[in-house]
Amino acid sequence: MGEALTKSAQWTAAGHGTRTLEITPLNEVILKEIMMFVESFIYKYPQEAKYVFVEPLEWKTNLDPSAFESGYIVSETTVKSEEVDESGQPLLFLSVPHIKIRNFGQLSRLLLIAKDTKLKEAQACIEANRDPVAKILGLDYNTVKEDTSTVNILDKITKDEDSESEMKMKIAMLLRQLDVHLLNHCLKHISLQISLNPTSVKNDIELLKNFSGKGEQTVLESIDYTSDYEFSNGCRAPPWRQIHGEICYVLVKPHDVETLCITCSAEGVFLNGGKTDDEGEIDYERKGELYKDLVTFLKEKSAKFSENMSKQGIKFRNAQKKEKEEPTNELPEKEEAAPVQKAITLEKNQINFGKSQMTKRLEPSLNWKATVDFKEHRNLLRDPQVEKHRGKPERSGPPVLCGRAQLARKSTEKTEEIVSESSSESEEDEEPSDHRQEANADLPSEYWQIQKVVKYLKGGNQTATVIALCSMKDFNLAQETCQLAIRDVGGLEVLINLLDTDEVKCKIGSLKILMEISHNPQIRRNIVDLGGLPIMVNILDSPHKSLKCLAAETIANVAKFRRARRAVRHHGGITKLVALLDCGKSSAEPAQPSLYDARDVDVARCGALALWSCSRSYANKEAIRKAGGIPLLARLLKTSHENMLIPVVGTLQECASEENYRAAIKAERIIEDLVKNLNSTNEQLQEHCAMAIYQCAEDEETRDLVRLHGGLKPLASLLNNTDNKERLAAVTGAIWKCSMSKENVTKFREYKAIETLVELLTDQPEEVLVNVVGALGECCQEYENRVLVRKCGGIQPLVKLLVGTNQALLVNVTKAVGACAVEPESMMTIDRLDGVRLLWSLLKNPHPEVKASAAWALCPCIQNAKDSGEMVRSFVGGLELVVNLLKSDNKEVLASVCAAITNIAKDQENLAVITDHGVVPLLSKLANTNNDKLRHHLAEAISCCCMWGRNRVAFGEYKAVAPLVRYLKSNDPSVHRATAQALYQLSEEADNCITMHENGAVKLLLHMVGSPDQDLQEAAAGCISNIRRLALATEKARYT
Amino acid sequence: MSRKKLQKLTDTLTKNCKHFNTFEVECLINLFYKLVGDVTERQGMVIGIDRNTFRNILHMTFGMTDDMIMDRVFRGFDKDNDGCINVSEWIYGLSVFLRGTLEEKMKYCFEVFDLNGDGFISKDEMFHMLKNSLLKQPSEEDPDEGIKDLVEITLKKMDHDHDGKLSFSDYEQSVREETLLLEAFGPCLPDPKSQMEFEAHVFKDTDEFNDI
Repeated sequence: MGEALTKSAQWTAAGHGTRTLEITPLNEVILKEIMMFVESFIYKYPQEAKYVFVEPLEWKTNLDPSAFESGYIVSETTVKSEEVDESGQPLLFLSVPHIKIRNFGQLSRLLLIAKDTKLKEAQACIEANRDPVAKILGLDYNTVKEDTSTVNILDKITKDEDSESEMKMKIAMLLRQLDVHLLNHCLKHISLQISLNPTSVKNDIELLKNFSGKGEQTVLESIDYTSDYEFSNGCRAPPWRQIHGEICYVLVKPHDVETLCITCSAEGVFLNGGKTDDEGEIDYERKGELYKDLVTFLKEKSAKFSENMSKQGIKFRNAQKKEKEEPTNELPEKEEAAPVQKAITLEKNQINFGKSQMTKRLEPSLNWKATVDFKEHRNLLRDPQVEKHRGKPERSGPPVLCGRAQLARKSTEKTEEIVSESSSESEEDEEPSDHRQEANADLPSEYWQIQKVVKYLKGGNQTATVIALCSMKDFNLAQETCQLAIRDVGGLEVLINLLDTDEVKCKIGSLKILMEISHNPQIRRNIVDLGGLPIMVNILDSPHKSLKCLAAETIANVAKFRRARRAVRHHGGITKLVALLDCGKSSAEPAQPSLYDARDVDVARCGALALWSCSRSYANKEAIRKAGGIPLLARLLKTSHENMLIPVVGTLQECASEENYRAAIKAERIIEDLVKNLNSTNEQLQEHCAMAIYQCAEDEETRDLVRLHGGLKPLASLLNNTDNKERLAAVTGAIWKCSMSKENVTKFREYKAIETLVELLTDQPEEVLVNVVGALGECCQEYENRVLVRKCGGIQPLVKLLVGTNQALLVNVTKAVGACAVEPESMMTIDRLDGVRLLWSLLKNPHPEVKASAAWALCPCIQNAKDSGEMVRSFVGGLELVVNLLKSDNKEVLASVCAAITNIAKDQENLAVITDHGVVPLLSKLANTNNDKLRHHLAEAISCCCMWGRNRVAFGEYKAVAPLVRYLKSNDPSVHRATAQALYQLSEEADNCITMHENGAVKLLLHMVGSPDQDLQEAAAGCISNIRRLALATEKARYT
Repeated sequence: MSRKKLQKLTDTLTKNCKHFNTFEVECLINLFYKLVGDVTERQGMVIGIDRNTFRNILHMTFGMTDDMIMDRVFRGFDKDNDGCINVSEWIYGLSVFLRGTLEEKMKYCFEVFDLNGDGFISKDEMFHMLKNSLLKQPSEEDPDEGIKDLVEITLKKMDHDHDGKLSFSDYEQSVREETLLLEAFGPCLPDPKSQMEFEAHVFKDTDEFNDI
């Protein structure tokens, strides 16, 4: 019971300053459990009940001596039990108000005597005896120390043999069981009543992070966890603190106060003792008041926070609300149709938010309400002006109401944007500032005309509605003023409502308008907010093809942002859209009147358009695939209508980012059609085809397919047209990926693509350059192409690009320069242009990929440069930089740096320098790795570094030898060779030989001697001979 | 009617009608006689569907409500203006009504809308046809103001030669630009749903058509 007791007791005591047990449900449960245990002890374990405690349990009791009856010697102020121990001491002794009890029997009885007050007695007992186990069993069984374990106890017990210790052991086991039982109870309890949970804390912290940073406007300077490790339950506190309900510790730096170290626990948030400087440990003790959540806490601690918070408040609150709303996102569509209701739910959500955080202390924030009121106020201010303009005393309600709801909604969207910033698809999720026309601004004449038309739209029968719709179509709907005017006079609601009617003509008219105005990003959002998407998705089922077309095309426009795409999916739109693609089968339908007829091809085209928009979300890609969209797209790809092909290829291109799509594209023989369409005359189509090939050509088989279907030639010829940069980027991308196959490179050379690529190295946007350079990097793996690139003057522009900042570009450029450097003649040029120095300085680049790529590129440079030792030395601080990169934790960087060191170490003088910089211990430290690439280059580096001074000895001292021996068990032959060579070098030193022998190197090396690889044979044999020679020498020494 | 006569009638009518096949024509003839009832055919006496029966059909089967438009539709069917629709008018009318090409329908609709048959749809005629199209708002000072406005909007949209009235060519041009304007002044064609129901019902079998 020790652990549970100490912890739960400490927990509450710490919570309230004094060393008493707070009456909490949890403590009550614990006490009751203990009482039950003690009460039944006398019956269950009569033997053990007689065991006399090492020290009595003492406390102040409220029991009156008179309560004791038979079995006790009762006087006025004292009570002694008749039961005595060996030395004649009574086992229960009460001298008012102090009581001492020496065994479980007496404890049990006492609780029986205490009857109603037993809870109090038990509590008093436990409060007074902080460590009952120690008193009962002796200090050896002390459980206050947190590391106590059963093993510990058992250890102690097995040492002495007598019967008493057997008894002790039994009791210890019983207490242990109780302990576990109590802990389980606590946990159950904690998990039930938890009020702050890891998720809510995490959300709060993430949100605060979003609003933190430098500058006056942010709420905090910084907020960080003390620990990066997150347990699977979402907590970051170590497990032994989690039992106290602690979730994580946060370091917060507000603008105006010192850094605060805060504990977030299930109970609430409080200041802890902070990080102790020496060990970096956290002093878990509570140092301040408990707050219900982080925001409340910080508001209390930092005035600045409080101030900025109220400015940012709405955003923050909304973001929180948004998160709460997220899971139920399918539902609110209906609410959104009713703006008033929406406003109510906003507040409701606000309260819910508070609730979910702290059930007990419900306290709706005034902040939010205030802001809402402010908005309403502004709206009210605006309305009279609007009315003045219209010159009519009463006006229809909806616009005002919707205006408010939209305003409120808009602010939620803004924060949604902030929250989803990290999302990969956020680039087109732009949230343009709302140009809601101010009432006092000069409104264009269209505004009033549109208002009139909308009035007839609202108040007319079918005939009037159609006339109004047709008239509305005559406005310039591509113009933003008209688009926004329709919305601002409440036209969107009506248009969307019309979609829900049975009138086909009205639906068509409405969709025609919605399709036009949904090009506007704001309108898109409004349509989604008004619940337009589910209705349009339903229209996709309509028997009228022209309706299907219009709905799909409108969806294509609307689904340009994430929330919309999600809505389409949630309402089953993807399946319906995919069904539209299946145009051939619907021909059995009865003939439709021409008015509503559209061609099947158009239906499929619009379906593809909508899918193209939707396919920007990962989940939608999956949904399209599951709905069987790929074979249908493949079939549509066989058609020859450009209008159709562009969305189809666009969808495929978008989806090809997913592995299973690429597989399906290969399986459905889509590559062939993509290649065919590269020859089209439509630039956009060419672009998307090239892009799709770019995505798919990661796969080798696909690259071969592109070649076999004759796709390389059109790609190469498209390089010559450089005006359309998007297409150029896609084409060069496809060439890059395709040139990963050797046969393709040969073809490209045939088509003179390499010369063209070199020409493209100048005056191109970065996205083109990345691909061009990537392609050249691949091509230059071959001798002929390297010569070609040099002859075309490609080296100079490549080296020039080394000064860029684009990460992807730098990775490719370094690779390309490295590939060129293999050629000594090219190397001269690179050296003359100072390329090596540029490469070297890229080792300082923050991106590990760039570092690694630069280090790889340096290897051939050092190998092939004239006088390379001198060159390397000429870079001030360069060698130190390289050696220090061995401290990186990126395997690729390490491997590349090892390779660079291998080359550097070939120069004796440089080897001496890097030895001085401590290359030996750093290399030795890396030895324990499982990464074969790293092993290979590390072993090579070690073998090269052995060549200086006492490095061989040093490697032995730094314990690099034993791990190296293990490398021989790897499956990679290149690792074997490098390792054998390293071991051979190391075996020149007697101590290393001993280590190798001890680690079983001989047997492994003997095996290697049989390898077909000559270098490996030689090195292995040399190593064995060194070991053997040492053995012989020892033997000789022993016998002489 | 004798089988032979029916056969002959069907053949003649089918020859003159491009949108229905023989079977469909036969079905429609049967329907026609079912509607006309047991009037024994006598020489010199025209048998046909009278105005009320026809309006009833338009209302019940095709969901039309506007009396004036229904009247005009009847006139559109009743080519010889004798107050009832004989069997050939019935077949011809329905062929445009149900299956007509855009051109035929335009012509038909224009005739329907051209109330006085002078070849133009004038402002007055528009006003007449649209006068019930807006919900009366009690707040409006002049209840007709909205309608007048609507007429202006329509004219602006459709009156291409700016002579203040719609000629057939104005109308035709507008409809070609925007098919929705075919029935600009009121529904005079069946909506697709009821049309489908009607066709399914009539062409299903020769025996039954009791509901009408």
